[in-house]
Amino acid sequence: MSTLTAKPTPNVVLHGLGVFLRARETSILLALLLVIAVTTIKNPNFLFSSDGFRDLLLTPSILILVAVGQAIVIVTRSVDLSVGSTLGLTAYLTGRLFLDIPGIPIILVVLAGIVFGALLGVVNGALVAFAKVPALVITLGTLYAYRGLNVLWAGSDRINASDMPKNFLALGTTEYFSIPLLTIIALIVLIAAGWYMRNTRGGREFYAIGSEPAAAELYGLKVTKRILVAFVACGALTGLAGVLYAARYGTINSQAGSGLELDAVAAAVIGGVAIFGGSGTVWGAAIGAVLLLTINRALPILGVQDFWQRAVVGALIIGAIVLDRLLALRQTRKLLESRDDSNE
Amino acid sequence: MSISPGITGPAALELRDVAKSFGAVVALKSASLTVQMNSIHALVGENGAGKSTLVKIIAGLYQRDAGDFLLRGESVNFKSTADSKASGIAVIYQEPTLFPDLSVTENIFMGRQPTNRFGRIDRKAMRAEVEDLFDRLAVRIDPDRPAEGLSIADQQIIEIAKAISLDARVLIMDEPTAALSGVEVDRLFAVARSLRDEGRALVFISHRFDEVFALCDMITVMRDGEYISTDSIESTTVAEIVHRMVGRDVTELFPKTIVPIGDVVLDVAGMTMPGQFHDINFTVRSGEIVGLAGLVGAGRSEVARAIFGIDGYERGSVTVDGQRVPPRNPVGAMGLGLALVPEDRRKQGLVVDSTVGRNTTMSIQRSLIKLGLLTSAAENAAARTWASRLEVKTNALDTVVGTLSGGNQQKVVLAKWLATNPRVLIIDEPTRGIDVGTKAEVHRLLSELAGQGLAILMISSELPEVLGMADRVLVMREGRITAEITRADATSETVMYAATHASETHS
Amino acid sequence: MSNTVTATPDRVYRDYGQPLWRRLLVTRESAIIALLLLVIVVALLSVRNFDNPITITYLLLDVAPILLIALPMTLIIITGEIDLSVASVVGLSSVLLGTLHQAGLPIAVAGIIAIIAGALGGALNGFLVTVVGLPSLAVTIGTLALYRGLAVGLLGTTAVTDFNEFWTTLAKSKIPGTPIPSITIPFLILLAIFAVVLHFTPFGRGVFAIGLSSEAATFSGINVNRTKFILFVVAGAVSAFAGIYYTLRFGSARGDNATGLELQVIAAVLLGGVSIFGGRGALHGVVAGVLLIGVLGSALRLANVTSDVINIITGVLLVLSVVSTSFLVWLHKQRSKPRRTPRVDSGTPPA
Repeated sequence: MSTLTAKPTPNVVLHGLGVFLRARETSILLALLLVIAVTTIKNPNFLFSSDGFRDLLLTPSILILVAVGQAIVIVTRSVDLSVGSTLGLTAYLTGRLFLDIPGIPIILVVLAGIVFGALLGVVNGALVAFAKVPALVITLGTLYAYRGLNVLWAGSDRINASDMPKNFLALGTTEYFSIPLLTIIALIVLIAAGWYMRNTRGGREFYAIGSEPAAAELYGLKVTKRILVAFVACGALTGLAGVLYAARYGTINSQAGSGLELDAVAAAVIGGVAIFGGSGTVWGAAIGAVLLLTINRALPILGVQDFWQRAVVGALIIGAIVLDRLLALRQTRKLLESRDDSNE
Repeated sequence: MSISPGITGPAALELRDVAKSFGAVVALKSASLTVQMNSIHALVGENGAGKSTLVKIIAGLYQRDAGDFLLRGESVNFKSTADSKASGIAVIYQEPTLFPDLSVTENIFMGRQPTNRFGRIDRKAMRAEVEDLFDRLAVRIDPDRPAEGLSIADQQIIEIAKAISLDARVLIMDEPTAALSGVEVDRLFAVARSLRDEGRALVFISHRFDEVFALCDMITVMRDGEYISTDSIESTTVAEIVHRMVGRDVTELFPKTIVPIGDVVLDVAGMTMPGQFHDINFTVRSGEIVGLAGLVGAGRSEVARAIFGIDGYERGSVTVDGQRVPPRNPVGAMGLGLALVPEDRRKQGLVVDSTVGRNTTMSIQRSLIKLGLLTSAAENAAARTWASRLEVKTNALDTVVGTLSGGNQQKVVLAKWLATNPRVLIIDEPTRGIDVGTKAEVHRLLSELAGQGLAILMISSELPEVLGMADRVLVMREGRITAEITRADATSETVMYAATHASETHS
Repeated sequence: MSNTVTATPDRVYRDYGQPLWRRLLVTRESAIIALLLLVIVVALLSVRNFDNPITITYLLLDVAPILLIALPMTLIIITGEIDLSVASVVGLSSVLLGTLHQAGLPIAVAGIIAIIAGALGGALNGFLVTVVGLPSLAVTIGTLALYRGLAVGLLGTTAVTDFNEFWTTLAKSKIPGTPIPSITIPFLILLAIFAVVLHFTPFGRGVFAIGLSSEAATFSGINVNRTKFILFVVAGAVSAFAGIYYTLRFGSARGDNATGLELQVIAAVLLGGVSIFGGRGALHGVVAGVLLIGVLGSALRLANVTSDVINIITGVLLVLSVVSTSFLVWLHKQRSKPRRTPRVDSGTPPA
């Protein structure tokens, strides 16, 4: 019958602790700490040198932004494979703006990048939400189209670090209290996104749509609008990531961001975002991003040639989704059993 | 029509002479229903009487073709389900659609969560309201648990909680107890009574007369899309109600020819699947039509699927002509001569987006191969034979079956399975959603087939059909066979009784 | 309604509801073939050197891997699944060919081992989808990374370029007297096999049924899991074969060979009229789709248009073709419903 037994309310603290410990985010956080620990033992510079600590935080910052955007889209039961191309385009836009409009304020460039990314996201979102075409195919098409635009625009030119204003490039290496600025930006975005997803009606509706689209229609939720917003958000975040990419690396060619979509989806999946939507958090995606890139950097130190990075990513993705499936099956069985028990 | 005295004021819900058709199928001819506030009103009728259609009109899913629809005395015209919800109507379906990944609380409040400034969802307030709701309903469900894995009973409670939080004044419960255990039914009834006492109006649709008579104040009978009667519960009896539901002279419609009955073909022994059915034992002989009756949720379709191999079972055995049918192996079952016309025609019986030709030959493809190839010509030739034998009404063999009428679709399904030359035909709800004319054709066909030596197991929720066609009637209730009644002894009352009461010989 | 129990009147059924010309011409495949012919004509007229036989040779040499892999990919998409790992299998088989050959094995043996490896890769995909029950999108994103990662890991940044000249020449050779490359022969053989299986066998009928309604397919006795598993294995094997050709044609085995090829294959298949929702499609449309992309690319390159524009066009074509499918599906649904049918109806009119 009911799933509460006749006991008094369980200890809230213990209950909360239990939830925390069993959360997916916690396990990958632990995995991350484990990887860092093991690698640092092998080479203390990994963590304890100033460069090491900085790189640990800096490298994933850009992927965190893209992974957060991707997570939002995946939660609604879609996917955005065009993020790599979007990042390339906005990174190039950034460079071009600085080159063609000398003295342009940095903040304007940042805004331009975000808006441009959002526009690219609108194209995806409109086609998915209105034409009801599977996101996989649409974003496959825009992956091509956007990359093509990028190459067309850039030609064989490359934007060099020397072309960019010094104070902009400085953003890529500035630190506050030993934390890189880019990481701080990523954290702020993460916290904002996390708050939105958890605490607003809009955020909860993303989960509802991904969990059961039929119920979402029945409840009268504005599904089309929400899906559009999800893609716009993903585009905007990727646009921001593109600007930060330009700040970090300085050199931008037309292949920037190539393959990033795979890392973003991997980060989200590893972080507990179910590929069919409805569950997982942007926090998990962010930790997944950090874990992924940290493993990549740790492999050479641990004696594994970095050529095997890709294979590790692939194995992690498969491992994550198989684990999710097994856990889901087990949970369903347990819930059914407890229901049968309390019935007879 | 007698209405209980003491209830004054405009009725909470009133429908008068409502009509509704879908193409050639007339679902409602002249349906009426008047529900007062502070009452629990039962709506009964067989399958095909039009109850579901009426409910969907009330819910705003369909629009009536004719007739009046009044809510608290005012005429209404719902264009969508949102309209009816906004007007205070809530429908609790047998299988609620919830968000499995989200918590109970979120399911109740999705789309209208309480927020404070900044748009932040006030979880404390939300949870408190849910706890309050559950207190009022006197139920205990953990508001924080995910909706996934909740029993149907709990899911219905959540739907009811949602309805109350939306302050629904009219709640319609469509066959709510079909999947519920005794304890859960008691809880649901307590909830229903408290809702009634608060001044709401409840409509209770059910086949289970013991429940109807235990819970409801008033009872309206429908038959063949028409309003028949409304009475207060105290002033009538089950026998009278059943009589009005069935109404016609049963023997007229079904051309039952007496056919010599041969040896046992299908033998099911001790078949058990925990949670679905328990210790199922029966036989079907050549030339016999065995009816399998029972209420929705009794487990009949599960038994059929298990025999055919779509689902598995834990204990027991199935044999055809003495040969063991391997479990979980539809191809093996087909090879031994089993055929299953499933319950859900559009999702299981047919590939609706495919053609008549393809669907008709889907299960005999291997036998049409010539020189290693399967050609459309061969398919069409076979399809032509079988479609014409069953008089499927269509111009061309490449017509998409989804465009055919329900009756013709069923004929295609039958053609498909008859083409496999089966020994045993299991048919689940043979005439559901089919017009009267085609119904008669299907019945005639089944009789013919029995005459040719086929062993037929017919699952049906339509009493007249069971009583008219079957040589023997097996009745199931909650996963067990509670009675085996011969044709001579089978009446609406005996079958209904067995369907609603546990067998005395069982624990 | 007939009341006689005996012989039924002969009901005449036409085979087809529409005349032959409509059935042949008003299809997605015809549209693509028409578009292909149009593009060829325009190219012949306006692009210099397009009519040079060498153009055909290089066009076919270039699209051969896509042509090959598009065959099993078509069947997979018709069943409603997808395989994003095919290009990674190409890379992996390329690397295996290279390393095994370098270790002394003859090409033929190394090639067979590579094909078996590809089949095993497909088997893993099939296992995860049918037995574990995971969505093919997620699985093949994972194996895309895994197999590519194995390929890159095995060779690192090096490449194996020392191949037996006999084989490399064979890969680039032409059918004597024509500009058509020899690789077309194995392709045509495979095309014939796939076409026969898809359109003339119960297995092929099953593929379509699964794509339209896998539940109904199960109830009709079709083994859905087995069918899907076989398709993934075949995709792996064919991809590996394409990888062998690719390697020998360029004479170079590298871990990153054919990166991104899966997108070109899927784009071509969808362009060729196969519905992403499953259940519909035909191989002649797919071949036309591949050739269309190939011809466009070739013509534009000759016209000195850069390859990025070609990519943009591919992307836009892909989006357009899928949006138009969606539109046609929507149109069809509107037309086949009589006006007063309820909006929400997943089952028959209610009982």
